[in-house]
Amino acid sequence: MISGVLIIFFVLAALAVLGAVSLILQSHPIHSALSLILVMVSLAGLYLLMGAEFIAAVQIIVYGGAVMVLFIFVIMLLNAGVEERTNFSKLAAFGGVPLALALGCIIAAAIARSSGHLAPPAVNGAMSSTRELSMLLFSEFVYPFELTSFLILVAILGAIVLAQREN
Amino acid sequence: MSEILAKYGFLIVPIVKVAILVFVVLTLDAYLTWLERKVIAHIQARWGPHRVGPHGLLQPLADGIKFILKEDPMPTGVDKKAYFFAPFLTLMLALTSLSVIPFGPDITVFGYTTNFGIADVNISLLVLFAITALGVYGIALAGWGSNNKYSLLGGLRSSAQMISYELALTLSVVGVLLIAGDFSLKHIVEKQAGDLGLLSWNIIGFSKDHGSFTQIIGCICFFIAAIAETNRVPFDLPEAESELVAGFHTEYASMKFAMFFIGEYTSMIAVSSLFAILFFGGWLSPFPTSWMLTHYLPSLILVPLGLWIIYDGIRYETILGRIILPGLGAVFALLGAALFLSPVVNELIQGPFWFFAKVGAVLFFYIWMRGTLPRFRYDQLMDFGWKFLLPVSIANVVLTSAVIMWRLK
Repeated sequence: MISGVLIIFFVLAALAVLGAVSLILQSHPIHSALSLILVMVSLAGLYLLMGAEFIAAVQIIVYGGAVMVLFIFVIMLLNAGVEERTNFSKLAAFGGVPLALALGCIIAAAIARSSGHLAPPAVNGAMSSTRELSMLLFSEFVYPFELTSFLILVAILGAIVLAQREN
Repeated sequence: MSEILAKYGFLIVPIVKVAILVFVVLTLDAYLTWLERKVIAHIQARWGPHRVGPHGLLQPLADGIKFILKEDPMPTGVDKKAYFFAPFLTLMLALTSLSVIPFGPDITVFGYTTNFGIADVNISLLVLFAITALGVYGIALAGWGSNNKYSLLGGLRSSAQMISYELALTLSVVGVLLIAGDFSLKHIVEKQAGDLGLLSWNIIGFSKDHGSFTQIIGCICFFIAAIAETNRVPFDLPEAESELVAGFHTEYASMKFAMFFIGEYTSMIAVSSLFAILFFGGWLSPFPTSWMLTHYLPSLILVPLGLWIIYDGIRYETILGRIILPGLGAVFALLGAALFLSPVVNELIQGPFWFFAKVGAVLFFYIWMRGTLPRFRYDQLMDFGWKFLLPVSIANVVLTSAVIMWRLK
C-alpha cells in the first residue's frame, strides 16, 4: 500500500510546507531566506520524484543557487536586523483569515472529491528527458521561448539604465 | 558470496562504497595538507613539516588530534543557527559532490557488476553544478553568523565571487556537452575513448567521426573559474589574511574550523576530478589501446618508488623513521609486484590508476600556483570574471557549435 516513493513524497512535501511556514514565522530576514531555500530544494526533490530530472537540477541551480544567493547577499549587505512585530492588523483579521479559510476549504473539497483515485502524477518519459525537452523548446514553443529571452534582456537593460542614472 | 550479492547487493554495495570513499577522501585531504605545506616550503627554500614522524609524515595525524582536543570558544552575539549550521553545510555539500563522480569504468567483483563510483546518475554534471551552487551558503552564513566585520566582509566577497565565476564555469563546459550530447560524466568519458589514446581527449579533440573539436579554450576558462569557485590562490580574497584576518572562518576554532578546511580540500579534489573527466579523458589511458605494455606502468612506478622509500628509510636519522619508511616502502613495492603478477587485478587497476594520476597532477598544479602567484585585487577579480572570462566562454560555445555543425554536414 505505502510504497517507498509515497514515503519520500510525504517527507519532501512536509519539508516544503514546514519551510513555507517557517519563512513567514521567522523574525530575521536571513532565517526567512534560508527557509525559502529549504522550500526550493524540497520542490526540486518533488520534481525528481516525477522523473523530471533536468527541471529538478535547474530548480536547485537557478532558484536554490543563483536567485537565493542574491537575496541573501542583499540582506547581508543592507545588514537588515530583526524585524519589528506589529499586532494583528485589521486587514489581516477581516480580509486575510476568511480568505485563507476559503482557500483551505476549496483545497479540502478538491481532495475529497478525488479521493479513491489519488495517484502520483504519471511519469511521462518523453517529457522528462533533457533531449525531448529541448526539442520541444526549440521547435513547438520557440516563439514563447524567444519572447521570454527578450523580456529578460529588456529587464537587464533596465537594470543597467537604473544603475547608471546617478552618474 | 555471489548469491548474497545478487540478492542484497543493491543495499550492501552502496554502503560499502560510501564507507570506502569517505575513508579514502578524508585520508587524502589530510595528506593533501601535508603535501601542500611540503611543496610550498620547497618552493620557498624551506623544509616544511619535518618534526612529527619521518619527513613530517605524521603531521596530519598530530593536526587532527589538535583539532579534536582544542577549546572551541563561541564569540558573543553570534547568530547560533547560522554559526553552527555553516560548517556542517560546507562539509556535507563537499562530500556529496564526490558521490556522482565516476572514478573508473564499470567493475565486476564476485560476479556483481557495478559502477566505479557511488551513484551513476544520467544528469551527474548538473547534480555537481547544483551542489556547487548551494556551496556558497556555507561560506556566506559563516561570515554573516559570526558577528565579526572581517567575517562578514569575507562572506560577502565570497558570495559575489562565486556568483560571478559560476557563470563562466558553467558556460565553459557547454562545449564538452555539445561534443558528448549527454549530461552523464560516464558517457562524457566514454565519448573520449579512441584508438589513438590522448589525441581523442576533449582538450585535443581528434575523432574519426568528426563530431569533436578541441576544447582548449573551454579547458583554460574552466580551470580559472574552478580555482575561483574553490577560493584558492590567486582568487582567495574571501580569506585574504593581510586584510581580513582569516575571512569567513575567523571566529571558528577546533573541529568547526577543521570542517571548513576538510570541505575546502574535498571540493578541490572534486573540481580536479571534474577537470580530468571533462577535458583529459577521465580514467582513459593516454596511450593507444594497442600498446599493451603500458598496462605494466603502475608496477613500473610502484616498485622503484617502494624500493627508494626503503633505501631512504634505512639511512634515516631517527629510529621511528627507520621503522615507518621501510614498512611503507615494502607495502608499495609488494603492491607493485602483486599487480605485475596478477593480470586480472592489473586490468582492474588501470582505470583508477590513470584517474588518480590525472587528479594528482591537477592538485599539484593547484599547490604550485599557491606557491607562485600573488593575490588579485578585488576590482581586478571582478573585471577579469565578467569582462574577460565570460565573453571568452561564450565565444567558445559559439565556435564549438559552428565547427561541429560544419563538420557534421
